[in-house]
Amino acid sequence: MLAFIIRRLLQAALVIVIMSGLVFVGIYLIGNPVYILISPEASELERAQVIHNLGLDLPLWQQYLVFVEQALGGSFGKSFVFGEPAMKIVLERVPATAELALFSTFLALFVGVPLGIWAGLKPNAISSRGIMAGSILGFSLPNFWVGLMLIMLFGVWLRNSEWLSFLSLPASGRGETVTFLGTRLSIFTIDGWRHLLLPAFTLGLSYMALNIRLTRAGVREVLLQDYVKFARAKGLPERRVIGVHVLKNILIPIVTVTGLELGTVIAFAVVTETVFAWPGMGKLLIDSIVSLDRPVVVAYLMTVVGLLVVLNLVVDVLYSVIDPRIRLGGRSE
Amino acid sequence: MMIRKLAAIAALATGLMVGLAAAVGAQELKIGLKTEPSSLDPFYHNLGPNLQMSAHMFDQLVAQDDNQKLIPALALSWKPISDTEWEFKLRKGVKFSDGSDFTADDVVFSVDRVAKVPNSPSPFTLYTKAIKEIKIVDPYTIIMVTAFPHPLLPNDLGSIYIMSKKAASGSAPEGKTTEQLNKGDGLVGTGPYKFVEWVRGDHLTLEANPNWWRGKAKWKKVTFRTFTDNGARVAAILSGDVDVIESPPTADLPKLRENPKVSVSQGLSNRVIYIALDSFAEPSVGIPDTSGKNPLKDKRVRQALSMAIDREAIVKRIMQNLGVAAGDLLPQPMFGSRADAKVQKYDPAAAKKLLADAGYPNGFTITLGTPNDRYINDSDVAQAVAAMWTRIGVKTNVDSIKSTVFFKNRDEYKYSAYLAGWGAGTGEMSSPLRSLVATQNKDKGMGVTNRGRYSNKAMDAKLEDALRTVDDKKREALLQDASRLVINDYGILPLHYEVTPWATKKGLTYKPRVDQNTLAENVVAGGK
Repeated sequence: MLAFIIRRLLQAALVIVIMSGLVFVGIYLIGNPVYILISPEASELERAQVIHNLGLDLPLWQQYLVFVEQALGGSFGKSFVFGEPAMKIVLERVPATAELALFSTFLALFVGVPLGIWAGLKPNAISSRGIMAGSILGFSLPNFWVGLMLIMLFGVWLRNSEWLSFLSLPASGRGETVTFLGTRLSIFTIDGWRHLLLPAFTLGLSYMALNIRLTRAGVREVLLQDYVKFARAKGLPERRVIGVHVLKNILIPIVTVTGLELGTVIAFAVVTETVFAWPGMGKLLIDSIVSLDRPVVVAYLMTVVGLLVVLNLVVDVLYSVIDPRIRLGGRSE
Repeated sequence: MMIRKLAAIAALATGLMVGLAAAVGAQELKIGLKTEPSSLDPFYHNLGPNLQMSAHMFDQLVAQDDNQKLIPALALSWKPISDTEWEFKLRKGVKFSDGSDFTADDVVFSVDRVAKVPNSPSPFTLYTKAIKEIKIVDPYTIIMVTAFPHPLLPNDLGSIYIMSKKAASGSAPEGKTTEQLNKGDGLVGTGPYKFVEWVRGDHLTLEANPNWWRGKAKWKKVTFRTFTDNGARVAAILSGDVDVIESPPTADLPKLRENPKVSVSQGLSNRVIYIALDSFAEPSVGIPDTSGKNPLKDKRVRQALSMAIDREAIVKRIMQNLGVAAGDLLPQPMFGSRADAKVQKYDPAAAKKLLADAGYPNGFTITLGTPNDRYINDSDVAQAVAAMWTRIGVKTNVDSIKSTVFFKNRDEYKYSAYLAGWGAGTGEMSSPLRSLVATQNKDKGMGVTNRGRYSNKAMDAKLEDALRTVDDKKREALLQDASRLVINDYGILPLHYEVTPWATKKGLTYKPRVDQNTLAENVVAGGK
């Protein structure tokens, strides 16, 4: 187990090194951020001075070495735009994105799986057909569009309607936050929750749909297995049959998907964050790419890659907990 | 019975209170910005969003009004006492938001600090480099000595916000560092508002400065939030999440105008959209079929290209009237603009004839470069110009690309013709002239953005003369002459001045500014 984890972490380190090099060179090739940052009225001399101050006059390999040195020091260099350590700027944004991602994953799981079980147990009921049709929509609607529609419905239409305005929800931003252990969290305030609902639903919708379909397929398959028939024949209550025997056996694919999904939700919350003006990492990434703020882009990607690696590791460990037949380390008996 | 009565009274009282709150005029103003400032340090990044935020918390010696006319702020008056010496009389009785007095020491401290801020991506030294020394005559009189005659000193000081020496001093060479100021530490000014809180990416809160020397600020509390996405910004004003948004997208304007809950305010800006032509390279990169010649060096060809553009149609159809056709580089009545600058008449027949006279009866092929995310409908305007040029026989391809790449290409002379814009930071004519059309000269800082490499010796002489002339009247006449020389030589083709829109909640109006800044003090109650 330990050897497995160490090997995975080493692989991850390699991935991070390669990725940082690629991103570094890629952004270097796009252009020089100074031309976007500096006032158009600045003279050539002033431009040269700024380029020198930001270290952009060095050859590429030297710039990379400087960057590696700073990365090892933990700061990843100073942001070209903000003039503050890049990692600090990225980490400031983590709580907002983490809240959004975790809550949307929570929604995807705790709404998606029960609906999927229902649809799997009663495949021919009208409600099940409705759920399945809904899940297809959830899959296929692009999430920026869903976001805009939700804003129109809850933020504009309901707010302006005479009788239903109590149902309206704020359309943007993060709402009131409370500082807890040095991070700003909005999940402790009602206002924060009201702000969180729409973006989390938007972000979680397609995974919710995925979970519904996965669970339904799993349930339908497992229900036909002998051990379920046997459990029923034994006279076990239906709740136990489904809650233990069925659920446990359909969990593997759901855990895999949820692990991957949490990673992608964090990495690709970009669109949702932009539509809802959610102050998370995704919005920072877009702004930083536009202004070619290389230190911030690299720091962001390193954070996300690191996160994905950890999540995958957790998923692998969870497998062995859920299903004892799976052993870590690839050594089979 | 009693209880019911009490409840009724309570309900009435609550109703009254709600009514009162509305009557006092929403005490809190929420503004939706397009771009967040990169820092709150007033000398870190010379960039529109930062300058407009500084304007809320600080004052300059010499301010610029809504039309960028110079007006007294912390300096009551200023006058040149020789070619290189300016005397400023400072306003007495001005207090910083922390209650301390404003004196000459604060001016010296602030101007000194400008050059000391490290890692600035766009330094403010641009505005202070002419200042050689500041002599304090008494706490309310200073003399600024410039290294050379510099008539634009008062204009330049419009970008230098005065910080409190007491609050912003610190152990670093620059006093309080940019990082500290971003947290509000040392962020003390004399402006209408003072800092409360900034959560980067989320919101920035200010409250009225009780010590403001001009009187009472219009709003008790101002919250800024940033919506980079156009759709999100529009949704924010429609849903009432914010009271004002800047730059609502043109496509949504008709809808916003019809909406009974929203009003749209708009005003002319100092930004001219122009086309620059390569008048240097031979052959020119974007013109493949003239056997190595650069037709744009011929004035007749440049004139033909200008005559072929129907500016009124562009303003009306593509800009949705968010523009005014331009015949100069700066609109009237700004300093150095001319009453006689007429918009080029649209005349494709005459343009064709000029082309034939110049030896191109069948026209030629050219590529027109344009950014597609920088100016209002930039790429659409370029497409329209291309169609109009093609109509007179100049087959035009449009190379439309993100501004990050566009500016790089432009600076590497990869365009024979390009569309771009220029906002006159100083609010007067020397700004566009020296950057866009003056002959390139690194040492003098001339022609920095003149990437068509246009050169006109007569114009250069007039402009250099103007930049040495401290007398306002004489200088204005020289600038007018200079701009006339360029425009009549078709050295650059102005298209239109941008009109800046703002959308506000019904019952509020935005008093537009030519520098396109969004200021809480310009949001006023009333209006249609």
